[in-house]
Amino acid sequence: MLLQALGKIAQTLVVLFIVSVASFGLLKLAPGDPIQIMLGSEFSQESYDSLTAELGLDRPFLVQYGDWALRFVSGDWGTSYVARTDIFTYAFKEALPVTLTLASFSLAFAILIGVPLGVLSAVKKDTAFDAGAAVLALTGTAFPSFLLGILLIWFFAVKLGLFPVMGYVSPWQDFWTGIYHIILPGLTLSTYFIAMITRLTRATLIEVMEQPYIAAARARGEPAWRVIWVHGVRNIAMPLVTILGLQLGTLLQGTVLTETVFNLPGIGQMLTSAVLGREYMVVQAGVMMTATLFIGVNLLVDLSYPVLDPRLRARK
Amino acid sequence: MTDMIPSPILTLTDLTVFRGAAKILDKVNLSLAEGETLALVGESGAGKSTIATAVMRLLDGAKVDGKAELEGAGDLLALSEKQMVTLRGRRLSMIFQDAGAALNPAYTVGRQLITVLRRNLGLSKTEARARAVELFTSVGINDPEGRLSAYPHQLSGGMQQRVMVAIALACNPDLLLADEPTSALDVTIQAQIVRLILSQTRARGASCIFVLHDLALASQACDRIVVLYAGQVVEAGPARDILEHHRHPYTQQLKSCVLEIGTRELTAPEGTVPPHDRMPAGCRFATRCPRALPRCAGEAPPLIPARDGAESPLAHHFACWNPE
Amino acid sequence: MSVQTQEAPVAAPIRKSRRSIFLRRPFFTIALVVALGYVLGALFAPYVAPYDPVAQDINAMMKPPSLAHLLGTDSYGQDILSRVIYGARYALIIGIFSVLIGAAGGLVIGLAAGLSGGWLEWALMRLIDSILALPSLILAVAFIAILGQGVDKVVIAVGLSMIGPFSRTVRADVMQVRVQLFVEAATLMSIPYLKVIWRHILPNVIFPLAVQVTIRISEAILVSSSLSFLGIGVTPPTPDWGLMIAEGRAFVSFAAWMSAMPGFALALLLIALSIVGDGIREEFDPKLRRGA
Repeated sequence: MLLQALGKIAQTLVVLFIVSVASFGLLKLAPGDPIQIMLGSEFSQESYDSLTAELGLDRPFLVQYGDWALRFVSGDWGTSYVARTDIFTYAFKEALPVTLTLASFSLAFAILIGVPLGVLSAVKKDTAFDAGAAVLALTGTAFPSFLLGILLIWFFAVKLGLFPVMGYVSPWQDFWTGIYHIILPGLTLSTYFIAMITRLTRATLIEVMEQPYIAAARARGEPAWRVIWVHGVRNIAMPLVTILGLQLGTLLQGTVLTETVFNLPGIGQMLTSAVLGREYMVVQAGVMMTATLFIGVNLLVDLSYPVLDPRLRARK
Repeated sequence: MTDMIPSPILTLTDLTVFRGAAKILDKVNLSLAEGETLALVGESGAGKSTIATAVMRLLDGAKVDGKAELEGAGDLLALSEKQMVTLRGRRLSMIFQDAGAALNPAYTVGRQLITVLRRNLGLSKTEARARAVELFTSVGINDPEGRLSAYPHQLSGGMQQRVMVAIALACNPDLLLADEPTSALDVTIQAQIVRLILSQTRARGASCIFVLHDLALASQACDRIVVLYAGQVVEAGPARDILEHHRHPYTQQLKSCVLEIGTRELTAPEGTVPPHDRMPAGCRFATRCPRALPRCAGEAPPLIPARDGAESPLAHHFACWNPE
Repeated sequence: MSVQTQEAPVAAPIRKSRRSIFLRRPFFTIALVVALGYVLGALFAPYVAPYDPVAQDINAMMKPPSLAHLLGTDSYGQDILSRVIYGARYALIIGIFSVLIGAAGGLVIGLAAGLSGGWLEWALMRLIDSILALPSLILAVAFIAILGQGVDKVVIAVGLSMIGPFSRTVRADVMQVRVQLFVEAATLMSIPYLKVIWRHILPNVIFPLAVQVTIRISEAILVSSSLSFLGIGVTPPTPDWGLMIAEGRAFVSFAAWMSAMPGFALALLLIALSIVGDGIREEFDPKLRRGA
């Protein structure tokens, strides 16, 4: 059990290593000479060589990687050439919290709406409600989120004037204003997940409700609501958490688009402007943060299985 | 019917079940006396489990006709789901085939038992826990205190079924339906569990319907046996009569199968049950019957008393044109 | 040893009762017709589109939908209907070619991971895990950062970003085939390894891969139009839906059609493709067919 967990952690570290090598390689593969970019259009060969040596770009790849990795872990992510700011502060302390806030609010919306909707669809299987929810769910999973965002802005912000068109206020500092600003982006981002969770909840719950322990719970006189919520829903937690972990990538890439639509200063905006400004170190920071987040959450999901399903715990 | 049963706890009248177009149970009539133990015997697909599930009103997606009267509650089939909820677990309870699958894997067995005690009997937490320990002891679980916090998968199959028995009997039901409670267990444990269920129901004065494959086991354990074939009752009566003086050729086949094999799984007699959409108009067993007459294919035999005058529903009856 | 294959007596009525997929799945049929409509529109764009998609007209800027311009014009006076029709071309070309790149890469890595063993398999698996650790859009953004912008670059970036999921499914299929008896038998008969792969493993992997390809086209289209929407994919004035949506975003308050028209074209295609994909998967994926 503990050994298994350690194995998982080791495996995760290997994956992180590969991702870090790849994203370090990204910097090397990138066209354009970073030294040239730093020095501007006019420079002497001397200053070019001295800066190359200063940055250690003349050393072997692996040495450079090791050096970079050490600095990365210690929070020294370099300086943004264009913005002239510290990348760690910019990426980790400013952009990441915005993205995480948006992602977690959307996930909360998605679970709070998607699970009950899926449960209702499963219970009212093959009724008009179920069919309606299925159509909505299909549309929701296929509809491009950035388009939905624009439509929501057009309708709720421009036509009805109910919500701000764009902008970000941290709900951790000013809760209600923050919530007010995050409702439209949150809804935009969560639509796909509401739809997905609805479909998944419906499908797994229908399967669970056919299990003998459901009939047995009914046979000992438990009322319908307890049979569904206590015996049914409890047993879909594991597939739900698994899929949510795997879909975290989709959530993160959704934030990239949603941030652009609503002009939120998160990782998405950071990445886009970095690509346009050819700031590879910022792209690298974005890639590393996204990958670490994804890998970390999926490790947590793996480690949470024994909590969710007692059958996976070690026998006494 | 001249003489009525003293006090029937359950009376089924023309119980018929359709699943889609298929009639899986065809006009079954049955009575169960108070404190009596009855076995339903037949091949899989004969409708034995359907009877038990129909009485519990747990047959989803099926159309049920006829009556199922429980003493003091009226026709169960006419009750609302809400009324049924108040009967299930309290007056009626059920033991399932595979206890491992019938216990929720996400909760400890103690929690599942204690929930029943608290919800159905209104016991407090400590009362329910004490009662749970008593129940576990009475069904022969060692270390009852410790086992309360075990998850189903941590118990052996026999232990799981003992837990199910404890849960089923927790509220002293009047009628226990045991749906092949031993078919998922090792042969060595089967007899133990059957004996446990019998002794526990008798001690409580409850009636019991056993669904079984095994005619020999049924005749040892139960007062009365009902033999079902393709959704119909073909022979019914006191256990001794059925085992020793059976009249229906199908009962004979069931019996010889048991004697030959004598293992947990009853191998089906030769041939197969006709599919629901190709049921013969006459006797349903005619296609496999060694004693079939020309008449059998066209005309369905009625259920008649085996001895003239013995018309009590509890007496020996059979349905055959050419009995043994 | 002679094995005679007999026509199974039950097979005939079952086959008869399985009606045509188009009758059994009306939504699938409608969606397929819609998707084919896009393909036709893309193929015959020059004949269908009323205007040149990149012809700017200073006299007809930001005109709402009218008879002259059925879907209106954009801020450069370009006809939106024509751009939407040509946009189908770009969307489908980018979608199909990038999926093919992803499938080809996935086939190579997946086969290698599935057929090798020991540390090599382990290393390849971790490589696949690493690719999968990044969502396809982020991965595509990273590749765009290296490659630069343009239609060809978008195809490559999106294609590379899809290698991960493809290699995972190919490997799973290889593993499934590898343990089956006939592969083992062929190996025992000392048939050359490559021949075993060619004759026995590839045919069993290609079909599910083809199903995956059709299912994932919509994903590729979504990612590529997302790149364009972010302004780092295709460059203007290419008539790309994502780009058009992004251009219209600034004018959403008074010229909503600029974003909405290409947006609905994209949404309708994606919904149609996902229904087609669901249908194909349910029909052909043996893993989903149980109990059907």
